[in-house]
Amino acid sequence: MTRFRSWYWLALIAALLVTAMTAVARGAVSVPLGAVLDALRGQGDPTAVAIVRDLRLPRVVLGALVGAGLAASGAALQGALRNPLAEPYLLGVSGGAAVGAVIAFAFGVGSDFMIAIAGFAGAIAAVFVALAVARVGGRAVRADVRTLLIAGVIVGAFANAVIMVSLANSSPNNIRGALWWMMGSAADATWQRVTWLAASTLAAGGALVYWAREIDVLALGEDAAASLGVDVERAGRRAFLLAALLAAATVSAAGLIGFVGLVVPHLARGMGLRTHRPLVIAAALIGATLVVAADLAARTVAAPTELPLGAITALLGVPFFLVQLRRLS
Amino acid sequence: MIAFSDLVVRYPGAASNAVDGVSFVSERGSLTALAGPNGSGKSSIVRALLRRAETPGGSASIDGKDVRSLSYSELARKVAVVPQREETAFPIRVNDYVSLGRYPHLGLWSAPGASDRAAVAEALSQAGVADLESRDTDALSGGEWQRVRIARALAQKTPALVLDEPTTFLDVAHEMAIFELLASLARSGLAVLLVSHQLNLVARFADRIVLLANGKVATSGSPTEVMKADRLESIYGWPVVVTRDPAVGAPALVPLRRPMQL
Repeated sequence: MTRFRSWYWLALIAALLVTAMTAVARGAVSVPLGAVLDALRGQGDPTAVAIVRDLRLPRVVLGALVGAGLAASGAALQGALRNPLAEPYLLGVSGGAAVGAVIAFAFGVGSDFMIAIAGFAGAIAAVFVALAVARVGGRAVRADVRTLLIAGVIVGAFANAVIMVSLANSSPNNIRGALWWMMGSAADATWQRVTWLAASTLAAGGALVYWAREIDVLALGEDAAASLGVDVERAGRRAFLLAALLAAATVSAAGLIGFVGLVVPHLARGMGLRTHRPLVIAAALIGATLVVAADLAARTVAAPTELPLGAITALLGVPFFLVQLRRLS
Repeated sequence: MIAFSDLVVRYPGAASNAVDGVSFVSERGSLTALAGPNGSGKSSIVRALLRRAETPGGSASIDGKDVRSLSYSELARKVAVVPQREETAFPIRVNDYVSLGRYPHLGLWSAPGASDRAAVAEALSQAGVADLESRDTDALSGGEWQRVRIARALAQKTPALVLDEPTTFLDVAHEMAIFELLASLARSGLAVLLVSHQLNLVARFADRIVLLANGKVATSGSPTEVMKADRLESIYGWPVVVTRDPAVGAPALVPLRRPMQL
């Protein structure tokens, strides 16, 4: 079995920094590394400063936060729900967010900010509906946390139906906007959006890290967790809500970016991490690196056309994952 | 001391009570066995102790305190439970797993101190799994896994220990080793409550047997008092004889073949 060594942390951080620096330097106009460092300090060619500080850096930071949030969310959910297939988008988060955004598009809302708010509101609404459905489904005082997963899938299916109905009644222009939004993109990064996402990601992610030991205990199963002094239902709900909050914030900032929340936690486990505090942190670092790299690919591979970020994360991530799967089996 | 007093457990939507007025105590320094046919309410009693079942009547208490008056972590510092079923979704290292037994003492954030590490080391060696500490839980045999689970409960360092069918799937040697371990833990002063189907082993090791049928105590007392052929026959609905175990003289149950239908 792989053992996680302390220097892996340095490697993870270094990989993120190198990827981020490359992503800041490369693009339609490539900026040499020295000029990037100058521009970051606000020195040198004003065009380079504008490209680096106003265009690329917010986009890279946004991508990193989105990746970190989705991966941390997935790591916590898989543990708390004891299901290797759990991921934030399975909980109705993505469906709810998409419903919010699509409805906003259908009403002709043009402001990115309002669409982000609509997406966030839709995601949170879907999560609360899933929680309510799980409680009704569980009947008893203690709703099984796994009922939540089923409830999330059901809410997601309902959301899909709502999306199809609203798209069928939208103008082609609004359909295009909604589709692009659903394919995920970090293109609309502004410092305002980055600040908002950073605050929510740090708050919800920090809370998950704080409660990580409780997730270790939850992962043992409900009876065992109860015997160790955990209020199983409350702890499960807390992990579920924090994970949903993380994912909802990323969705409202960058649309739907699949695959990260499902697979990155498995990559972190493959490095030998078993308990959730280091697991959530490592997954966040890997997720950030993957999304920054995917966004770099999305805007450079077929330039000047931009490819959908949500597809690139999967295209980049699947080979990694397959190699890992092969190594483990 | 674990005490149940007129305990009633009822599941939502069920037609009858799973546990229907059960009273008995599991004292410190002794091994109490809870036996009875499938569905007689054994596991429901354990769930009531963990506050994981609705108890419309009676009470479960530890050292005189009703479990419903304790917080979950207070409860976990008083009684350690090895539940019947436990499926971990992801493997975890044995040492980390047993260290989770310190969770009720540590909470969310505080780092394990010297006393926690000592408790984990002692639990590992008491359960005979010290050499497995750096293995992952998915690389353990059935017997190793059961002993590792017991080690986790021992790491809780509670005055009472409850085990729900800890020897299922174990071979004779592993099963005996676990019974010996439980008997020695009881001798060291713990209140050990063991849910088990292994009547013959229970008769050799337990100080007291509580035999349940249909959610009620059918009979309880010393192994010799409880192991009566007519009683067991009516409780289990199967013809049996009770003989003496040739090695130690404890009562031993022999289920009979049904007479051939001619």
